[in-house]
Amino acid sequence: MATQLTPILTKFWDHPQSWTLATYEDNEGYQALKQALTMEPADLVQMAKDSGLRGRGGAGFPTGMKWGFLPPDDGGPRYLVVNADESEPGTCKDIPLMMAAPHFLIEGVAITSFAIGCNHAFIYVRGEVVHVYRRLLRAVEEAYAAGYLGKDIQGTGYDLDVTVHAGAGAYICGEETALLDSLEGRRGQPRLKPPFPAVAGLYARPTVVNNVESIASIPPILLHGSDWFADMGTEKSQGFGIFSLSGHVKYPGQYEAPLGITLRELIDMAGGMRDPSKKLKFWTPGGSSTPIFTDRHLDVPLDFESVAAEGSMLGTRALQIFDETVSVVRAVSRWIDFYKHESCGKCTPCREGTWWLAQVLERLEHGKGTPEDIDKLVDICDNILGRSFCALGDGATSPVTSAVKYFREEFEVGCHTPWWEAFPPEASTLFNQRSVKVNA
Amino acid sequence: MSGGFGEVTVSGHLHVSSESKEPYDDEVLETLSAEAEQVIARYPQKRSALLPLLHLVQSVDGYVTGRGIEFCAGVLDLTTAEVSGVATFYTQYKRHPNGEYTVGVCTNTLCAIMGGDQIFDTVSEHLGIGHDETTEDGMITLERVECNAACDYAPVVMANWEFFDHQTPESTTALVDDLRAGKEVTPSRGPSRVCSFKQVSRVLAGFSDGLADEGPGAGAASLRGVEVAKREGWQAPPSHSGSQATEEEPSAAGASVSGQAAGRHDSVNAPTNEPDETPTGEDAQAAEATKLADDDNKDENTPGEGE
Repeated sequence: MATQLTPILTKFWDHPQSWTLATYEDNEGYQALKQALTMEPADLVQMAKDSGLRGRGGAGFPTGMKWGFLPPDDGGPRYLVVNADESEPGTCKDIPLMMAAPHFLIEGVAITSFAIGCNHAFIYVRGEVVHVYRRLLRAVEEAYAAGYLGKDIQGTGYDLDVTVHAGAGAYICGEETALLDSLEGRRGQPRLKPPFPAVAGLYARPTVVNNVESIASIPPILLHGSDWFADMGTEKSQGFGIFSLSGHVKYPGQYEAPLGITLRELIDMAGGMRDPSKKLKFWTPGGSSTPIFTDRHLDVPLDFESVAAEGSMLGTRALQIFDETVSVVRAVSRWIDFYKHESCGKCTPCREGTWWLAQVLERLEHGKGTPEDIDKLVDICDNILGRSFCALGDGATSPVTSAVKYFREEFEVGCHTPWWEAFPPEASTLFNQRSVKVNA
Repeated sequence: MSGGFGEVTVSGHLHVSSESKEPYDDEVLETLSAEAEQVIARYPQKRSALLPLLHLVQSVDGYVTGRGIEFCAGVLDLTTAEVSGVATFYTQYKRHPNGEYTVGVCTNTLCAIMGGDQIFDTVSEHLGIGHDETTEDGMITLERVECNAACDYAPVVMANWEFFDHQTPESTTALVDDLRAGKEVTPSRGPSRVCSFKQVSRVLAGFSDGLADEGPGAGAASLRGVEVAKREGWQAPPSHSGSQATEEEPSAAGASVSGQAAGRHDSVNAPTNEPDETPTGEDAQAAEATKLADDDNKDENTPGEGE
């Protein structure tokens, strides 16, 4: 049976004032919080576990289990930190969610904080989206005024403060320990683990770090039941998620669906390819850090297990679609420029390796590669993967190794011909104009 | 490039000229100090206030000045080297005077391919400046920016961190011309007008400008799935009967339960560990449990994705 969309978090985004507390309350808003405050915190943790909700920030670690890792209460503070630093190339779900319906997140923060015994939660949003930051500040202000945050919430004696914190431009701060360092007022560099944040996170106190969409999914789960959530999706990848289509489809956008939907179904919902005469060439299932797929993978169910079985990762369901007008060498080279720019410099394999990759790829872009360059790329990747504190370096190797695997001949062409001769860049653009000049 | 303050040398070193170290006059300093106190009060430990305070410095000086660094160091009990180390890590902190408007063209892979490269080249030629350079009138600082989480609106341009969707070389050229001419410019998804760099920096320091309720909730691309679902009559499955609340015996509202007392701490100035304190005893055992679980899922912490 064909998969159907399941608008839950996106349901009322088309309301003209979708971001306000009034609209949210008209759509079941804060009913889950009222219910949660009558429950045992331990039962809320169990509910999250029962739902099967897995982290929506890319890795898919079970959210309830993450909450359960906090050590027993020692009388000191413990923290919830929401990772709203959405920066993975291709990923564009949390930003529209916080722009259109920030109260899902605020209510989720309140419920989660109560569940884990936290009295001060933080939302770390990237600084490059100022209107989203405004909406979050406003939503928090409204929630305080309505008695959903602050002292003695709903007369229960439970106190919760929420601080919305703007970052300042650094992809690495989406890595949870780098995010914590940044929130502590430092350079955003990852920490050695263990200790994990659950034990020594923010200010070396027990801390839960969750993605925006994970936390925003908590109120509907509580309201409709963990079974309701678990019945959606596949056996091991339960529930719904927002799938973000971008690139060469007719209607790029946000499509909220059960996990396990296929790209073929999604492209169909998105009106097909931008130009039906141009074939799908390659795509990312979950952002640039997940190995690319090709038209052979159109029917892979987009759930954690099926995507992994095909050699990639579900990641953030950031489906960047590229048709046959696009040079894979150009695409990969530009992604590597990104990783080179964003490597925090802490670990040598990532810091140096991304620079080497960028240099080799630039040669290949200009048709000046050498026959050894392709194996050299793969070799450098071998020396980055798994050799750094965090996954940034690992992510940088994904597009390179997967592109060489599926399109090796295109890299071979890079030994004598610049990519723009075979793939005129104007053919790929939205506006299709003659290119001014090529910048590679 | 305007000014000559805080030029970055070829080796990437920040050279702060003496002008940028001129002390704040008393009135400015008094306001800054009062606002710094408000920022600091949001956090259990005051060093956490450093990022917003650097945004605040930019809202006054238009970039991170030497005096701004000294100010932050003073109020947070840090050395100027510690503050500079942070200021030079993040791309939104400018090391030399920024234009009134930062125009950032996304040239990450997807936007570049959808036309971002052509947009950047056209606008760069039109303005006669390259990446991270400012027009002589001090109005526009042009940048190549990385993915700004709006890929479904590609190619995307950010003007002072407001979204301009589906751009073309012509539309972005018109945008910079309008900004230079002092015309009011409305983002695709944002408030009714683009604010100045200093005004936006103030918002990023956490001081509301009252514009949150302006502009749309979601743009057309964000609504595609909702529209398809409406057209097809698709809905989320109905709520399961017998949800959590009815299964559970409600406890006394929010009372202390299983060692997690409600409302234990005033959140501000709560006792915390030393930043470098290492856990022992029960905590360390829990760490082992966490480690095992994490080893099962090595990809847990992909940067930029979280969770």
